[in-house]
Amino acid sequence: MKVLVPIKRVVDYNVKVRAKSDETGPDLANVKMAINPFCEIAVEEAVRLKESETAQEVIAVSIGSNACQEQLRTALALGADRAILVETELEVEPLGVAKLLKAVVEKEQPDLIILGKQAIDDDSNQTGQMLASLLSYAQGTFASEIKIEGDKIDVTREVDGGLQTVSLNLPAVVTTDLRLNEPRYASLPNIMKAKKKSLDTLTPEELNVDASPRIETLKVSPPPERAAGVIVESVDELVEKLKNEAKVIT
Amino acid sequence: MSILVVVEHDNEELKGATLNTVTAAKEIGSEIDLLVAGFSCDSVADQACSIPGIGKVLVANKESYKNFLAENIGTLVSEVGKGYSHILAAATSNGKNFMPRVAALLDVSQVSEIISVLSEDTFERPIYAGNCIATVKSSDPIKVITVRATGFDDCEVEGGSATKEIVDLDSNLGISSFVGEELAESDRPELTSADIVISGGRGMQNGENFSLLEGIADKLGAAIGASRAAVDSGFVPNDMQVGQTGKIVAPNLYIAVGISGAIQHLAGMKDSKVIVAINKDEEAPIFQVADYGLVADLFEALPELESKL
Ligand SMILES: Cc1cc2nc3c(=O)[nH]c(=O)nc-3n(C[C@H](O)[C@H](O)[C@H](O)COP(=O)(O)OP(=O)(O)OC[C@H]3O[C@@H](n4cnc5c(N)ncnc54)[C@H](O)[C@@H]3O)c2cc1C
Repeated sequence: MKVLVPIKRVVDYNVKVRAKSDETGPDLANVKMAINPFCEIAVEEAVRLKESETAQEVIAVSIGSNACQEQLRTALALGADRAILVETELEVEPLGVAKLLKAVVEKEQPDLIILGKQAIDDDSNQTGQMLASLLSYAQGTFASEIKIEGDKIDVTREVDGGLQTVSLNLPAVVTTDLRLNEPRYASLPNIMKAKKKSLDTLTPEELNVDASPRIETLKVSPPPERAAGVIVESVDELVEKLKNEAKVIT
Repeated sequence: MSILVVVEHDNEELKGATLNTVTAAKEIGSEIDLLVAGFSCDSVADQACSIPGIGKVLVANKESYKNFLAENIGTLVSEVGKGYSHILAAATSNGKNFMPRVAALLDVSQVSEIISVLSEDTFERPIYAGNCIATVKSSDPIKVITVRATGFDDCEVEGGSATKEIVDLDSNLGISSFVGEELAESDRPELTSADIVISGGRGMQNGENFSLLEGIADKLGAAIGASRAAVDSGFVPNDMQVGQTGKIVAPNLYIAVGISGAIQHLAGMKDSKVIVAINKDEEAPIFQVADYGLVADLFEALPELESKL
């Protein structure tokens, strides 16, 4: 089987992003960029499917500027076989990304598409579901375990109440949650090997997709600040303050 | 302008997150219908009818909607939603699952997890783990929106008399099926709607030690939450994770115990009214958002706290 893994280049999860002082957007000057952590889990899962000989080929795909090549090389170093960049300088919304990915799916005909459940920059949590919908595929979102049997996949999902398992017809879309696996680190030899793997570039025009945005960001502002707190000296003082000052317990 | 709110429920009870979503809908406009999609969900439809200020309660009662499979529900909602200017659902794991399918089928973008309504087409939503608030304006003819419960108060639940209308659509795509579920059983209040939440992190060391939190939770009527590290380490189940990629909570009182305060954790609790942090490391970032910080070993502080409540 063939597995497609869409990945996103985002600000590293350790960076605390602030709004620009003129509120025109987030201040991303000189911040460290990385592969979205949920996408990394997706790559890991696909590579494990290959290692267990369930999958024969793993293709990583990213949509964005030329700089995304860096994250695609990371995916290749983690074990993906080849990569595709759909290159665009424009900001693409999840719907546009899903449309571009649909075009890639139609070209590549994968049996399974594994994506991260959300990107940690815009926290939209939409792309996998939209892609599945556009393709009329079933979806297993927020996956903590997958099992492939014949032409079906069982997906255990992390839901608000606990865990839920669904069975989906393949081809299908899976989105990853944190407990699906623990991604490996790329070894130096694999980083070197990744440089030689194939990385093709396509454009939205070549895929004949209109990915223009529907949502305009009017401003990006800092969240309301919390007033400074105090350090209490003892449990007694804490209980006293919660009762008499904050009045949140009786 | 007319708004469709998709009701969150379990075929028996209407869930609290629906009430915040209705409040968000009321801030957008006054013509609001509710959709109850499920199976043997009459009691939910009745509860929906008693919410004041609702026009119609549309009821799609089919076996294919019993387990809320996104494929089937998404198709149904996109069909029913065609006649509306806005479609809203709570940003629960269920809402997040089917709503993007609705948006894609209608060829519109989705606005995820709004925390406030500025006008019928302009909303605020957190980005970058809540470190920035984006004001976004949608130009789509139908606005598909998920609502973050902590951004809106509950609406009233009694006094309404909406009329029920049957929707006879069976959108069974037949590409997915429900296998089973393991749902957490608890007598405690639900994490996302509790007045008081006490959460444990890696500092708790193991699952057994969470009993130190339980004694306090029992006394305070609190829900128990956790950091990602506590869930990943297997101390507690995934449904207890608070944070950017877990549950978003904003109780009156949040007590973080043995939690360092990573940005991803803060994203899920920093809108709580009062925050208490108990941590032995005075440098821990959690103290920067805490109203009351106690620098202490949790294994000494928790038993003392329980005894003094
Ligand atoms: C993609 C992604 C998504 C994430 N999503 C989330 C999320 O939704 N929610 C979340 O919580 N995290 C999330 N994280 C993880 C987050 O970055 C942190 O790793 C995590 O929150 C740390 O958990 P912790 O504070 O329990 O553990 P640590 O950071 O290890 O902190 C443990 C704390 O316990 C204190 N401690 C230890 N022993 C004691 C004692 N005896 N008495 C008192 N204090 C003690 C220590 O001083 C320390 O401050 C995410 C990370 C990524 C990359």
